[in-house]
Amino acid sequence: MRSMALARRNFLDIWRDPLYVSLTIGLPVFMLVVLQLLSGVDAYFTATSLAAGIVLFGFVMLMFSAAMALSRDRESALFSRLLTAPLRPNDFVFAYSAPYIPVAILQAVAIFVVGLFFDLEVAGSILLVALVLLTVAIMFIGLGMIVGMLFSYKTVPFAYAAILILTIFGGAWMDLSAIGGPIETFASYLPFAHAIDATRDLMINGADFATIATDYYWVLGYTVVTMILAVIVFRGRMVE
Amino acid sequence: MNSSTHEAAAIHLSELTRRFGELTAVDGIDLEIRHGELFSLLGPNGAGKSTIIKMLSCLLRPTSGTATVMGRDISMEPIAIKQVIDVSPQETAIAENLNAWENLGLIAGLHGIKRAEAKERARDLVAMMGLTERAGDKVKKYSGGMKRRLSIAMALISDPDVLFLDEPTLGLDPQSRRAIWEHIEGLKGSKTVLLTTHYLEEADALADRLAIIDEGRIVALGTADELKASISDGTVTLVEADGMSEEAIEALRELYPDVRKVHNGAEIRAEDVDVYDVQDVLRPLGVQIRSTQHKTVTLDDVFLHYTGKELRE
Repeated sequence: MRSMALARRNFLDIWRDPLYVSLTIGLPVFMLVVLQLLSGVDAYFTATSLAAGIVLFGFVMLMFSAAMALSRDRESALFSRLLTAPLRPNDFVFAYSAPYIPVAILQAVAIFVVGLFFDLEVAGSILLVALVLLTVAIMFIGLGMIVGMLFSYKTVPFAYAAILILTIFGGAWMDLSAIGGPIETFASYLPFAHAIDATRDLMINGADFATIATDYYWVLGYTVVTMILAVIVFRGRMVE
Repeated sequence: MNSSTHEAAAIHLSELTRRFGELTAVDGIDLEIRHGELFSLLGPNGAGKSTIIKMLSCLLRPTSGTATVMGRDISMEPIAIKQVIDVSPQETAIAENLNAWENLGLIAGLHGIKRAEAKERARDLVAMMGLTERAGDKVKKYSGGMKRRLSIAMALISDPDVLFLDEPTLGLDPQSRRAIWEHIEGLKGSKTVLLTTHYLEEADALADRLAIIDEGRIVALGTADELKASISDGTVTLVEADGMSEEAIEALRELYPDVRKVHNGAEIRAEDVDVYDVQDVLRPLGVQIRSTQHKTVTLDDVFLHYTGKELRE
């Protein structure tokens, strides 16, 4: 598969930057530890309750770095050379996305392992938790592809900030149902609250798939649409 | 031109045009490059050479006109074209965090070359470019020249049917340039090569045919010998002199129609130039002749003749 050659290059690019890998995995873990040490006994901020939000935060970081890497490449002569290779837009999206999946997995695993020291529990199926989080990770990486193709290296941080602000409506740091009104309605149209609700339901309430199905399909829908959009954007930018 | 001629051509351009806003970078070019031919586009920076290569390698849409590469239309079948071409861009195009082997492996992989074959070709190319000792180092630690050599090697590893080389030896030392020339010469007959350059000696030494391109148009087309013959019988007399005025040039033109003022005197393109006649014309006008010499016509002269500019400006 020709796209594997490019995916390998992008994978090596990530893993040969130890500072990047440490920060990407370390920052969310640091966030969890600090919040645990500061939050005392507030039930809303237990490790189990926070894990989903912090994983989401880590994935937003991944989106940012995927977008930055693609945007930087796009402005290089190497990218023009890559575009003369017989790859289709979906091959490019795969090659730039796939190397971030192991990072996402490591990030989530690190948060869950450190969470164990703060009494993190998973009442439901860990495999379902993994399925939900993997789907969310792919959605964020896909968003990174779109941002990286549409924005310049200098303007990617603004797109990152906008998406970071939108993730507040995921309800990781506030109880959306208690706020209610248009904010809750707005949040329900975004994928973030559904991702966090599904993960929390699985971890805290031990829910089965049928219970989280609606939330999961919202996330899956966004992921599929994001990836299709990424391919369309790539196709549009391959020829001047 | 009939359709069978088109099929015989590896590359065919028909009224190919590309505009960027008000600027017409490529202006209605018609051209056929034969299978196995080493064809050179010769012209100064901004003449439109790279724009042509970008269109032929499906990175840039033509504003109008068409082109085919190995019988495939550049607008309709980009993937089919990309399977049979490779491009050495004008800029150094390498992955900085990979070493030379990995960079070469990347391009080989993208072109679907089997790993064992890629390794063998990579070994040869790394040796040819004098990179063997440092091939395992990350290329971001390389000097500019080493990066450039690797970038060119990356275009050669896929061994394509059609190779686009955009200013391949720009900024290289003479030894590396010579090695690349030898490699390119070895491709003659078996691969179709489109080479852009503003090094006259490169086009002269390598190209089967060449086109002089200026302001997006082909102003002359043929073999190097044909182009040289087209402007004179092959001799140019250089008259080095102090005080060569426009009046003196005009006076010389009465003797020899093809006279140009150059920075240190005048160039006369004519079959038999009589130095004494020249002296007789110039002396009364206060021009002191320091020397005269006959030289053969070069592509530089050809370029000057057709464009009115010196290529090295």
